[in-house]
Amino acid sequence: MIDTTQYLVLAAVLFSLGVAGVFIRRNAIVIFMCIELMLNAVNLTFLALSRNLGKIDGQVFVFFIMTVAAAEAAVGLAIILSLYRRRQTLNVDEVNLLKW
Amino acid sequence: MEQVMFWLCGIIAIIFSLMMILKRNPVHSALCLVVVFVSLAVLYVLLGAEFLAAVQVIVYAGAIMVLFLFVIMLLNLDQEVRSQGKPRLVLKTCSLVGTGLVLLLLLTAGGFRAAGVSGQQALAPAGTGNTRALAELLFTKYLLPFEVTSVLLLAAIVGAIVLAGKKE
Repeated sequence: MIDTTQYLVLAAVLFSLGVAGVFIRRNAIVIFMCIELMLNAVNLTFLALSRNLGKIDGQVFVFFIMTVAAAEAAVGLAIILSLYRRRQTLNVDEVNLLKW
Repeated sequence: MEQVMFWLCGIIAIIFSLMMILKRNPVHSALCLVVVFVSLAVLYVLLGAEFLAAVQVIVYAGAIMVLFLFVIMLLNLDQEVRSQGKPRLVLKTCSLVGTGLVLLLLLTAGGFRAAGVSGQQALAPAGTGNTRALAELLFTKYLLPFEVTSVLLLAAIVGAIVLAGKKE
């Protein structure tokens, strides 16, 4: 039986890598993948704590998170497609319409 | 045994997520992310969530990543690599590690099933699997969120079509 702390540390490392990726990458699609990685790290936390607490509810939440991630991927990639059609770029530094 | 599995999959997950954020080519990033997802699926089995491990492989590594790769190919973002020297190395590494992880996943699931040492054993009533316990909870206590999720998916489909559809 592996200690829950180990799972939590691994999830934290993966989440931090996702955050780092969002900060250092400029490609919109890769930033999107980093967000998926962060969602997965959270899923791992849910499962580890679900086992720790001895309740299966955490797994139901992971199920919902996966559904939301799928919906998010579909909508996000549609936004990226229409962005590319308009601007011919995926570099987030060049997409600055909402900045003042 | 469990420790070995945990460290192996954990280290593979960390290494490949590092590669994902460091690779310049989006296609390579996507492939590395698939490997991360599969190694996380092995960890899910270790945690006693066999059903979610299967869903992780089918939905994440299957559907979502195919969607990503589809968009990358559609936007022709991989031109830079074709001119580069060795794109094959990443592809080979990813496919090798990925195949190994899938085998490991099957081995873990099969092994735990045979030995009856599921981490979830205490959570599910005797003789019923993790899937059944999950379904019973999902269709009783969490019925309303489940129905709301279906509305969310419908909204996402409509939104995606509206956003990505051709406008003349």
